[in-house]
Amino acid sequence: MVPLSYYLVLSGFLFACGVAGFLIKRNIITIFMSIELMLNGVNLSFVAFAAHWHALSGQVFVFFVMVVAAAEAAVGLAIIIAVYRTRETLNVDQANLLKL
Amino acid sequence: MSFHLILFLAFAAVCVGGAVNLLAQRHPINSALSLIAVMAALAGEYLLLGAEFVAAVQVIVYAGAIMVLFVLVIMLLNAGEEEQTKGSRVALLLGVPGVLTGSVLIAWVVVRHSGTEAVAIGALPGHPTEIAQLLFHDFLLPFEVTSILILIAIMGAVVLASKPEATARKVD
Repeated sequence: MVPLSYYLVLSGFLFACGVAGFLIKRNIITIFMSIELMLNGVNLSFVAFAAHWHALSGQVFVFFVMVVAAAEAAVGLAIIIAVYRTRETLNVDQANLLKL
Repeated sequence: MSFHLILFLAFAAVCVGGAVNLLAQRHPINSALSLIAVMAALAGEYLLLGAEFVAAVQVIVYAGAIMVLFVLVIMLLNAGEEEQTKGSRVALLLGVPGVLTGSVLIAWVVVRHSGTEAVAIGALPGHPTEIAQLLFHDFLLPFEVTSILILIAIMGAVVLASKPEATARKVD
């Protein structure tokens, strides 16, 4: 038997890893993958709470999160391709058009 | 130690290892593969929580469709190893102990003070029939709205990823 808190700690760890990757990574694709990792961490706590409260709505919400993540991945990767086409680089440090 | 807990710890170890490996690897394709490992292990955790439908969708949509898209773009753009820049020393000296203290504190509070009701396999009626009842009855409007969202996302992806001259010619 596994307590709910174990799932929550694992979910928080995954989310923290996503935040850290978002902040320290320089490759735009890896940054995008860190966002997916954060979404996965949140999904885990959704399902854990759904099991804890015996409410199925949590699982339906996870389904919606996945749909939004799929749409986001399609649009985001298209933006990455467009950025690469104009700037010829995937390094976010070199995309500095708006910097003073 | 029950069999259930052993399974949880095994999947959790894969999750943690994959997430740390995602941060440690410098080549995007290695990060993508470790993210796939994390997602597959998460599907195992969902099964332990009695959510069979979510586990199946996790494998098919996340580990299947979305990650295939990522790997395709990595290969299409021929992404190489990322250059690493030197971070500031203050961030290293203050940030790492701060993050460690904060996470240990949060984990301790959550483990200590949350209700520790156990969750068993199959305890939750996560049968696809009941989820379908919720999805197509109680959440029907959000479900229809997501279909419009996906349609817009598809059109946006096609417009963004197509070559600029091709789009301009179509407009003329």
